[in-house]
Amino acid sequence: MIQPQLPDDRRPPLTPQLALRVTLIGGFALTMFAIVLFRLWFLQVLSGNQYVAQAKQNRTRKVLVAAPRGEIVDRNGAVLVRSRQATAVQIVPTQLPVPVKDPTIADLRSPPAADRALYARLAGVLGISTATQKCKVIGYKQVHGKSFKVIHRLRLPLIACDVAQAVYGLPYADATVATDVKQDVLFYLKERHAAFPGVGEPQVYLTSYPGSTLAAQVLGTVGPVTKAELGQSQFRGLPQSSVVGQTGLEYYYDRYLRGVDGAEQVEVDSVGNPIRVLPQKPAIAGNTLKTSLDLGLQKIGQASLAQSISGNTPGGAGGAFVAMDPQNGQIYAMGSLPSYDPNIFTKPISQSVYNGLISATSGDPLNNRAVDGLYPTGSTFKPITATAALESGVWSLSDTYDDTGQYCFTQGGLCLHNAGNVANGSLDLVSAIKVSDDVFFYNLGAKLNVDPQTHPLGGPLQQWARLFGIGRSTGIDLPYEASGNLPDPKWRAAISRVEVQYEKKHHTGCCTIAYPGPWTVGDNVNLAVGQGDVLVTPLQLAVAYSAIANGGTIVRPHIGLQVENNIGDKALQKIDPPAAGHININPAYLDAIRTGLRQAASAPGGTSASVMGSFPMPVYGKTGTAQHVGQNDQAWYVCFVPATATSKPITVVVTVEKGGFGAVAAAPVARQILSQWFTSKPGPYLAGTSKTL
Amino acid sequence: MSLTTHLHRATPDTSEIRPRAIFLFDPLLALAAIGLVVFSVVTLRSAFGSSFSDRQAAYAVVGTVLAVVLARIDYTRVREYRYGLYAVLIASNIAVFAFAPPTLGAQRRIPFPFIQVQPSELAKVLLVVTLAAFAVDRARRLHERQTTGRIMLLALAPALLVIAQPDLGTALTFVAISVTLLFFAGTSWKQLTALAALFVTATVMVLVVAPSLGVHVLKPYQVQRLTGFLHPSANPRSQTYQINQSIIAIGSGQKTGTGVANATQTTLGYLPEPQTDFIFAVVGEGYGFAGAALVLLLYALLIWRALRILTMAKNLYGALIAAGILGMLMFQVFVNVGMTIGIMPITGVPLPLMSYGGSSVLVTFIALGLLQSIHIQARIAAAGKGRALLS
Repeated sequence: MIQPQLPDDRRPPLTPQLALRVTLIGGFALTMFAIVLFRLWFLQVLSGNQYVAQAKQNRTRKVLVAAPRGEIVDRNGAVLVRSRQATAVQIVPTQLPVPVKDPTIADLRSPPAADRALYARLAGVLGISTATQKCKVIGYKQVHGKSFKVIHRLRLPLIACDVAQAVYGLPYADATVATDVKQDVLFYLKERHAAFPGVGEPQVYLTSYPGSTLAAQVLGTVGPVTKAELGQSQFRGLPQSSVVGQTGLEYYYDRYLRGVDGAEQVEVDSVGNPIRVLPQKPAIAGNTLKTSLDLGLQKIGQASLAQSISGNTPGGAGGAFVAMDPQNGQIYAMGSLPSYDPNIFTKPISQSVYNGLISATSGDPLNNRAVDGLYPTGSTFKPITATAALESGVWSLSDTYDDTGQYCFTQGGLCLHNAGNVANGSLDLVSAIKVSDDVFFYNLGAKLNVDPQTHPLGGPLQQWARLFGIGRSTGIDLPYEASGNLPDPKWRAAISRVEVQYEKKHHTGCCTIAYPGPWTVGDNVNLAVGQGDVLVTPLQLAVAYSAIANGGTIVRPHIGLQVENNIGDKALQKIDPPAAGHININPAYLDAIRTGLRQAASAPGGTSASVMGSFPMPVYGKTGTAQHVGQNDQAWYVCFVPATATSKPITVVVTVEKGGFGAVAAAPVARQILSQWFTSKPGPYLAGTSKTL
Repeated sequence: MSLTTHLHRATPDTSEIRPRAIFLFDPLLALAAIGLVVFSVVTLRSAFGSSFSDRQAAYAVVGTVLAVVLARIDYTRVREYRYGLYAVLIASNIAVFAFAPPTLGAQRRIPFPFIQVQPSELAKVLLVVTLAAFAVDRARRLHERQTTGRIMLLALAPALLVIAQPDLGTALTFVAISVTLLFFAGTSWKQLTALAALFVTATVMVLVVAPSLGVHVLKPYQVQRLTGFLHPSANPRSQTYQINQSIIAIGSGQKTGTGVANATQTTLGYLPEPQTDFIFAVVGEGYGFAGAALVLLLYALLIWRALRILTMAKNLYGALIAAGILGMLMFQVFVNVGMTIGIMPITGVPLPLMSYGGSSVLVTFIALGLLQSIHIQARIAAAGKGRALLS
């Protein structure tokens, strides 16, 4: 076997066997390299785009960016509600160890063990109780196409309860389990995403109420959108984790305040830690709502009302006030006591705390008594009776009536008396308003009564009361406004039927009226002095008295003044609702009634002269004391300083539940409100002395 | 047979030309090695920072020095120490269980000051030189079944120790080394076929039969890794997660790569073990098809030169050492690269010279130093023979 020897490569010759095996291995290596290269060509060149997309999807998460809500400011720009950025810990139910998705109530009652363990660990980190407690879960059931609220009472630890409440009916809602979480706790969680699946730490915006209890019910609260709300036109199409206004102005002006949530692509590493944010769609902050409220006036009103209430008999903690521009219905201040701090609703609160807020024993602090509290008016109704009597012709300005201290019905012999059984002697209408003579107005009530058979909607008294807006909601820009009740024969008949049926069934009287039966003159006599079955809101009285002040215009009260952009430097929309109507009252009659009101507040013997007599501005005011069966009387005071006397006219209504006489409990509050309004100082708290109804 | 006689020749006296011997090294082999290690350092530096690249560079420098030293000596002398070296091989892999702290569920590295030594890596090259030596001992009976059996048993002992650490990849590397060595030693096709049949039977036993009888030779994750590449999208979050992430990384590199700095799969931690076992995926993502092909080209060069050196070796011992090293390199390259592109099972086999890690880099350089030594000795022998012929 002779092979040619090359001078530079004098290797020994290969055996055929070795040559074969070297060739085989070399061929094998070549084949492997070819396979690898083809595979690489396929992966990188032919399908590279697909893997680029996968790599992108791998590292980016679409994250909803909450938009800050707009601020609510007072008429001078002072902030009443602001949106502040805060840290929160949320649970994304679909990303839990055992994902919670469209669960049944049974699923929620006993969460999976893995989720339960996660909740317990999270609770330990956040310092939240793990004890089981009451948990109310609200759902909605469709029956025959109608949606019904279903309340499930569960017993769960707090975090499990938060999740249950969030997801029931809204499978994609996130559950906020804590807000304003400390940085170190946040870092702890962020560093351990793998150990806390489904737990996120988003930046959220929380509403903040710098004034705490100030105008709390007016400003309202925000909260996660509910399934029922998503069905409403104003919330349709919102993401399920949206936060929307739930009460008050926050609810009414939600569409302006809400803003538009944005989206971000967040680049995350393999365990989900955010690395980089790639903005996609910026969040658009909500607009600012400028209100007609005056922060200073609001403060004084609430403080003064609280002082009046503190003098009440035990158990009487409620009261309300309204201060309004009689010319256009702008609300300067509106308060309802007891109040609450709406800041507590920005954090998850336990069922027991919430129950405390809605219970009767705590005085229903969530209720805005100025617009949803319904009360008899007491004597503050008398100017309406006077207008009806004069306009209908049953009484004239020159007519006088001799008050002997009692009014006796022509039939039945029942007699009614003045408060304290005083007799005021011969009175014309002006003097009767001044001293708030009941007997005088009993007489007018009787005279204004008509045949209930032919007039089911009542006579001139009901007609004029309706014109003044009694028994009808005012249309203020707040939710849940009550409409009240104006008694007339038709109403009387209907309520009697209910009463009779109830008594038949339960053998005890119902709570609506004292006795069943058809309309009598007594009903009209009661109405004439604002006692009995008439029910109004303080705001309705403010509207009625504003009509007397402004010459007959029934204003539409409103708190919103204008919507501004979120910086507050550009008005986007003025809020100036047209008046609800105008009533034509003979100027002479109006003048007489005003004179009566002016004398009542200033002249000797006037019911509130001891409170308002020394006030430097011309005050037109009427006291009222509404009687409630079985409890202390309710104090009222309604007054105004008209546009003819000042450039900043104002109507003030104050009511104090169980406060006693109007001049004693309500008028001093009104005086401090007026004083603050005109002099920027509340002045002394002057309790009146008049003991009239 | 002729193969044996051809390779088993007397060694000529080479002492007079030794000072210049180092210049007879294989420049292509050196070029491939330096190219790969530079590529590794550059990739590590841009992807993971200088803490990785500086150490890798230091390992490469030390490795080069070792290789140069080894290249200068006649590898044939190593044969004399075969028993001692085999004892070191076995002892060091037993010592692991006593001294190595468990990391990630495994005991593989023994901590020394400044460096952790991974005996299973060192075992590769020790196995090559000792198995080759034992084979040479039986040079006249290489075709006997007994020889084949003994060689395989000698390889199996450290393999079992390494499996227990547990390091399946290295154990399989041992098998590859010994089979390649036998292949080039001239073991008959019959015996090779029998070995292959035995291997297939053992695999079936371990993966299918034994688990069904309740005996788990491999840990469940090992079985999943080994079989996961057969059905890569079965569960994207668990066993095949690594393969999927690696394929996404390589695929997203496209033709020319994202640049390592923008390689999100790598830098954001989606890729498992990116500095070591999945370094090829980092290259694929960062430098694209171009970079990956360049790396493969360098490995092709490396394997070609190993094969070439195998054929030029002056004696059987050199040829068998070259065969063992060739088997080691080919197995590691194809299994590692194949794993990253989803055509091979996941085994913890490092990519020679590319994967970060001192033991692996040093051992590869030692192997390359041995190859250079074989090359230099072959050139010297050829020169001597040429002189002899001329004289």
